[in-house]
Amino acid sequence: MRYAMAVDTRKCVGCSDCVVACQTENNVPIGFCRDWVVEVMDGTYPQLEMEIRSERCNHCENAPCVRCCPTGASQKIEGGIVVVDHSKCIGCGACMASCPYDARYPHPSGYVDKCTFCEHRIKNGLSPACVAVCPTKCLYFGDLHDPNSNVSVVLKRRKFKTLIPEAGTNPQLYFLI
Amino acid sequence: MTSRRDFIKISALGTGVLAMSSGAYGAIKLISSPEDAKKLRVDLKRTPTYCEVCFWKCAGWVYKTSEGKIWKIIGNDEDQHSNGRFCPRGTGGVGMYYDEDRLKTPLIRVKERGKQVFREASWDEAFEYIAGKMKDISSKYGPESMTLFTHGSGSAYYTNLIKAYGSSNIAEPSYAQCRGPRDEAFMATFGEEVYSPEITDIRDTKCLVLIGSHIGENMHNGQIQEMSDAIDKGVTIITVDPRFSTAAGKSKFWLPIKPSTDIALLLAWIHEIIYNDYYDKKYVEKYCSGFDKLKEHVKDFTPEWAYGITTIKPDLIRKTAKEMADASPSVIVHPGRHVTWYGDDTQRVRAIAILNALLGSWGRRGGFYRPAKFVVPSAKIPKFPEPKKTWTDAFPGKYPIASSPVSNALIDASIPENKPGLLIKGWIVNGTNLISSIPNQANTIKAIQNLDIIVAIDTMPMEITGWADVVLPECTYLERYDALRISPYRKPAIALRMPAAEAKNNTRSGYNIARGLSLKLGLEAYFPFENQDELLDWQLKQVGSSLEEMQLVGVKTSEREADDLYFAENEDVVFSTDSGKIELYSKAFEDAGYDPLPKYVAHEEPAEGYYRLIYGRAPMHTFGRTSNNPNLTDLMKENSVWVNPKVSKEWGLTAGQYIWLKNQDGVVSDFPIKVRITERIRWDSIYMVHGFGHGQKQMKRCFGKGAGDTQLITKVLIDPIMGGTGMRGNFVTFVTEKTDKEVAS
Repeated sequence: MRYAMAVDTRKCVGCSDCVVACQTENNVPIGFCRDWVVEVMDGTYPQLEMEIRSERCNHCENAPCVRCCPTGASQKIEGGIVVVDHSKCIGCGACMASCPYDARYPHPSGYVDKCTFCEHRIKNGLSPACVAVCPTKCLYFGDLHDPNSNVSVVLKRRKFKTLIPEAGTNPQLYFLI
Repeated sequence: MTSRRDFIKISALGTGVLAMSSGAYGAIKLISSPEDAKKLRVDLKRTPTYCEVCFWKCAGWVYKTSEGKIWKIIGNDEDQHSNGRFCPRGTGGVGMYYDEDRLKTPLIRVKERGKQVFREASWDEAFEYIAGKMKDISSKYGPESMTLFTHGSGSAYYTNLIKAYGSSNIAEPSYAQCRGPRDEAFMATFGEEVYSPEITDIRDTKCLVLIGSHIGENMHNGQIQEMSDAIDKGVTIITVDPRFSTAAGKSKFWLPIKPSTDIALLLAWIHEIIYNDYYDKKYVEKYCSGFDKLKEHVKDFTPEWAYGITTIKPDLIRKTAKEMADASPSVIVHPGRHVTWYGDDTQRVRAIAILNALLGSWGRRGGFYRPAKFVVPSAKIPKFPEPKKTWTDAFPGKYPIASSPVSNALIDASIPENKPGLLIKGWIVNGTNLISSIPNQANTIKAIQNLDIIVAIDTMPMEITGWADVVLPECTYLERYDALRISPYRKPAIALRMPAAEAKNNTRSGYNIARGLSLKLGLEAYFPFENQDELLDWQLKQVGSSLEEMQLVGVKTSEREADDLYFAENEDVVFSTDSGKIELYSKAFEDAGYDPLPKYVAHEEPAEGYYRLIYGRAPMHTFGRTSNNPNLTDLMKENSVWVNPKVSKEWGLTAGQYIWLKNQDGVVSDFPIKVRITERIRWDSIYMVHGFGHGQKQMKRCFGKGAGDTQLITKVLIDPIMGGTGMRGNFVTFVTEKTDKEVAS
C-alpha cells in the first residue's frame, strides 16, 4: 500500500476550502494550517498564465523529517503516511528545518503538527477532509499500488509533476498539469 | 406601464416553475411521526441545516463533538445544491456561531443617531418600543410609510409582518444593487428570469462565456462544481474581463476588454453570428420575434467597429463567435449575477439574452434548463390589508420596468427635500448592512437622520446597527429553525434547517422576533403557530413528510413530473412575453420609452492619474457578512488594491505598501489598503475585493482592515429602466502620505 494525492491544477481555483475543512476536521488552531494554496503567475498583461495549487505534506518516500527526528516522533505508518506522534515530540523543530516544503507548523501545545492524509478518516473508508470537500473535485487520493484507485487512474491519464524533485525526497503529492 | 409591471409579476409566477411542480410533492412518502418528536433533538449526532453564508443555500450536516459542541459542517450528499461539498464559506460557517463579537442582547439607543450609545433592553421592552413607533407612524402617515430592507432566510417572517401591518415596501438590495437588471432583461426577452440558483446548465455545456462573471472567486457552489466538471469534459471557456480572473486562467480565450465597453463586444458578436449565418435558424424562426429588426440594427457593428471601442482584436472576436456557434445550442453566455455596473446594465444583459436566443441555448441541454420546484402550502392567515400607496408612488413614472421595490428609491423617499409622493418614516433593516451595500453612504445616512424609527436586525454589530434606534440580535442559522428551502433546481427538493445548538446569549430566531413584534402590534393572527417547528411539522405533513423525518434526512428530492428539463424536439412553447415569443426586439421597452434593441453608449473615462475602480469577490468571503468570521478571517483578513506593474512603477509603489485611495469626488478611504502589484489587472483600472474596511470597532477582527469600495462609490449611475445603481463609474488615485484619517492600530 502506498497512499498518494494528485492535485489537478487545471481545476483548482484556489478557494482555500481544503484549508478550512482541514482546520475544522482536525481542530487545527486558528492562525495555523496543514494545507495551503499557492498561485504562480507568469507573463505580461495580456499574455498571462496562472497555476493554482493546493499544497500540503508530500509524504515523501525518502522523508528527511523522519530521518532527522531525534525522538522518533516523526515516523512513517502504513501506506507511507508520515505522521508525528505528539506524545513523543519535544518540539525541537529539526523536522521543520529539514522539510523542503515547509509543511509543518509548531502547535501551540508544544509539538509539531502536519497533514496526516486524514489517517483517522481513511482507515474508516472515508477520503481526507480536503478531498471530500473540494468543490472542484481537483484532489484525487488513493493507493498507488491499486491500479484502479482514483489517483492511479488519473496519473495514468494525465501529465504531472512533483515539487522540488531535486531535493531527492521522492514526494507523493502529484500536480496534474 | 402599470399594466406591464403587473403583467411581469403574474408571468413570473405563471411560467415554468409552478406549472411544472404542481403535485410533485406526491412523491414523498409519509412515515409515521410521533407527536413528541418535534423539539430540538439532542440525541442526534448530526443535525441538518442549509447554509446561510450565501444565497446558494447548500444543505448539509452540522456535526458535534462528544461534548456536544459544534464541530464541523459537511455537505449533504443528497443535496443538488452542494452534492455533499460545501464551499470555504459554508465550511467556515462554524465561525459565525463562535464569533465572540456577535450581538448579544437587544439594545435601545440613548444618544443621538450614529453615536452608538445604547442601553441593554429586554426583548419585551424592545418590542414595545418598536410597536409604539410603528403605531405612531401608521396613525400619522399611514402604514405605507414603513419600509423593510431585507436579505436572507429571515426575510419571509419580516415580510409577513410588514404586509400584515399594511405596507408593501419590501426591498432587497439584491435587486437594485445586484441582479435586478439581469432579471428584467431576461424577463423582457424570454418572459422568465434566470432564478437563484441560476438555471445555467453548466455541467453539460460545451462553451461557457463569462462577461465579467468570476466563477471561482464567487463560490456559487453549484456553478463552480459544474464548471469544474465541464473542464474535465473539455469545455471551451471564454472570459471577458479587464482583470485576469481565476476563470480567465482556466479559459481557452481571455478577452482583456477595456472596462465599460462590453455592449460593443456583444453587438459585434451578434453581428458575426447573424451575418455569418451562425445562428440557430430553426429555433429563431419557431420561437423568436423581431429578428429582421435586430439584423438591421447590428448591420454596422462589425468586429472592426468593436475593436476601436473594446481594444479586442477583430480576429479574436470572430474566432470566439465561431466557437460559440460551433457549440450551439450547448453554449451559455452567462447572465452574471452582480450586474449593476454602468447604468445601462439592463440593456447589456438584454444583449446577452439576445445572444443566447440566437444560439438557441434557452431550454436546451448545455444551455439553460427548466427549473422545477416543490409547492409547500403556507399557514392559513387572514388577508393582508391593501396598502393605499406603494413604493412606486414615491417617484411616479420612474423605473417603469422594475418588478421589485428599488432600495435606493425607498432611501431617497425617506428624504423630505426630494418631495417624494410617499414619504418613508420608518425602516426595519434585516440582515443587510445598508451602509456598505448601498452606494453613496452620505445619502443613506441623511435618509436615516429623517426617520422616526430605524430597527436593525442582525447577528453582528455591523455599521447599520450603529445607526439604529433599536438593535435586535438574531441567533445564527446554526441555532434556529427556518422556513423550508424550496429553491427551483433541476429536480424539486426541500431542505430543512434545524438548530444544532441552543441560541447563544440573549439572541432569538427571525421567526420568534417577527412573531414577538406581531403580538405587540395585534397582528398575531398572521403568525398562527407559536413556534416555527410546529409550523414546519404542519407544512411537511401536508406534503406527506414530517419534521421528524426531515430531521433525519435533511433533504428530500423527488423526480420531475415529466421529462421536460429541456424543450422537446419541435415543442410548442409559449413564452410569457407580450407576444408569447422570445422577444429579440422588445416592444415593451419601446412602449416605455427605452431602446427596444441594445445600443452601445460611451462611458466616462478616468482622468489623468486616476484609475477605474473595479471590485469583486474573494472565494472565502461573502462581502462584509463574513469579514469578522474567525475561520474565514484566518484565510483572508484584509483586501488589497491590485495595481498593474506599469502603474506601480509610475507611482513608485512597492508591493505590500499601505496607501489610501481617493476618488474623483475627493473622498479618501478611511483606512489604508495594501498594494498588490500584479499583471492580472489592466493599467487603466485597479481592483479590490468588496466587503472590507469596516469602521465598526465592535467587530474587532475586521475593524480597519483594508479599504471599503462602497465608501469610494459616490458617483452612482442609475439604470433608468429599473433603478439599478451602477457602481463602476468611479475613479480613484493613490494617496501615499498618511492623512489625518483614522488609522487602525
